[in-house]
Amino acid sequence: MRFQFVLGEVFSGLRRNTTMVVAVVLVTFVSLTFVGAGALLQAQIGKLKDDWYDKVEVSVFLCPQGTTAAPSCAGGEATEDQIEALREVIRTELSGEVSKVWFESKQQAFAAFEERYPDGFQGTQLTEEDMQASLRLKLTDAEQVAVVSDVLSGRDGVEVVADQRAVFEPLFRTLNVATLLAAGLAGVMLLAAVLLITTTIRLSAVSRRKETEIMRLVGASNLFIQLPFLLEGALAAVLGSLLAGGGLWLAVRFMVTDWLERSVDWVAYVSEVDVFRVAPLLVVVAVALAALSSFFTLNRYTRI
Amino acid sequence: MIRFENVSKVYARGARPALDRVSVDVERGEFVFLVGASGSGKSTFLSLVLREQRPTRGRVYVAGRDVANLSGWRVPTLRRQLGVVFQDFRLLQNKTVHENVAFALQVIGKPRHVIRDTVPEVLEMVGLAGKGKRMPTELSGGEQQRAAIARAIVNRPQILLADEPTGNLDPTTSLGIMRLLDRINRTGTTVVMATHDDEIVNEMRRRVVELSDGVVVRDEARGGYGEREAILPDVGASPVLDAPGSGTRVPAQPVRGS
Ligand SMILES: Nc1ncnc2c1ncn2[C@@H]1O[C@H](COP(=O)(O)OP(=O)(O)OP(=O)(O)O)[C@@H](O)[C@H]1O
Ligand SMILES: [Mg+2]
Repeated sequence: MRFQFVLGEVFSGLRRNTTMVVAVVLVTFVSLTFVGAGALLQAQIGKLKDDWYDKVEVSVFLCPQGTTAAPSCAGGEATEDQIEALREVIRTELSGEVSKVWFESKQQAFAAFEERYPDGFQGTQLTEEDMQASLRLKLTDAEQVAVVSDVLSGRDGVEVVADQRAVFEPLFRTLNVATLLAAGLAGVMLLAAVLLITTTIRLSAVSRRKETEIMRLVGASNLFIQLPFLLEGALAAVLGSLLAGGGLWLAVRFMVTDWLERSVDWVAYVSEVDVFRVAPLLVVVAVALAALSSFFTLNRYTRI
Repeated sequence: MIRFENVSKVYARGARPALDRVSVDVERGEFVFLVGASGSGKSTFLSLVLREQRPTRGRVYVAGRDVANLSGWRVPTLRRQLGVVFQDFRLLQNKTVHENVAFALQVIGKPRHVIRDTVPEVLEMVGLAGKGKRMPTELSGGEQQRAAIARAIVNRPQILLADEPTGNLDPTTSLGIMRLLDRINRTGTTVVMATHDDEIVNEMRRRVVELSDGVVVRDEARGGYGEREAILPDVGASPVLDAPGSGTRVPAQPVRGS
């Protein structure tokens, strides 16, 4: 009975204030989309780090067959002895900087390549011989890349020392800036959402002043008087958060899974699973927003 | 049932008190008229009973409770024992008569079957049988006030407060409303009614408490309305009615010849 009555009041309130409710839904939708986008960007960074960043920090590419521009490769493909000499240097001179070394042979490189590009790379069919062996180093301190590079560059059998992080650093920076941007916009929009919900509840309270007046006089409890307003705000906000979740899902589905992943497929991307992880968070934020706004408004407008 | 002990109410700092050391005791089942000029404090008296206002000084007891010191969350319990009607009826315009009366029960969480049984009973009692489906705008003023009374008594309150319930009604209709209030009073409900209607007060011969500038100036067991100021005071041969200072006029002086 009570429940049904309260629900009836909620829906009549929503109907009466349709424009404001729509505004609340839209503003929470947009603000929470930014919140969710920020969360997904961070998840993306996490994925990239898991995938690459923490495993390989420096790749020492060894001289391949044939001629290259590097003078250290004048002697052709790197020999077993040269590789062993390099390992020795790493063991002695770089013992403090390098924590782990492993060798990736041409076969392994090719296997990894084939796994990534089962259909060949940009139309050319490569073979095992086109691959390049490398020493992969994991550093104790990621900041020591320059030292490692200085020691190993130019030695016989070394074509180039590549800092894998250098590839990702600008990307991470971009993603972090994007996250900050999303967070900033989210903050502004969330503020707008709180103000709008506050106004909506106030309008709703004013338009129902006669009802609440009667309710007070016949002895309805405070909770009973305020509940419809609370639920109205919460319902609109939750609707907005669901829309935001849906929007993010669509974005990930069509922009990342269907498009990005096909064009640049050597990166692990956020997936729909991540959206499902973020979405409950958005609903929680929406409810918190509504609760916050109601708290500020209701005691003022529906006091006993 | 209602007991005022030396109650004063000052709305704004420094202002004249709306009630000034008022002591009144209303017994269970009594019918009391509150009379007095506009601004004498009748509505203030009722709002103290309802605990819409708190007294500045003194104590107010309603049904044995010290209302002034009642904590906020107990106020609804108090109000469920009180019914109120006003001069302007205060019906919800978007609800039918039946819904208006049912509303008072719904919002205090009464179960549906209770509402279904009680509302038609009460509507019949106030003389609105068969009019439950009408909207307030489809009722006469007297009928609207009956609907408001139905809403006030549907939860069987011990006390019914009425603030000028006949103020918007013509004398015949007012009489009908008074009969209804009298009937409600006879079922044991204590009734306190603020009014300006001298005819009704004189006719009913009930207890009359008269306020003047917030002070009780008369408390009579079977009183009449009391004296009323003449609507047009005898101003004599005055060229201007109601002019400033018209009470103490200096007789016109013949103009000295020049
Ligand atoms: N909410 C309020 N705030 C400030 N002053 C008020 C308030 N309510 C009433 N007053 C003042 O208190 C005094 C008594 O008012 P009250 O409404 O009790 O008179 P009343 O006897 O009901 O008058 P009326 O017959 O015109 O209804 C008046 O001087 C009025 O201006
Ligand atoms: Mg009044």
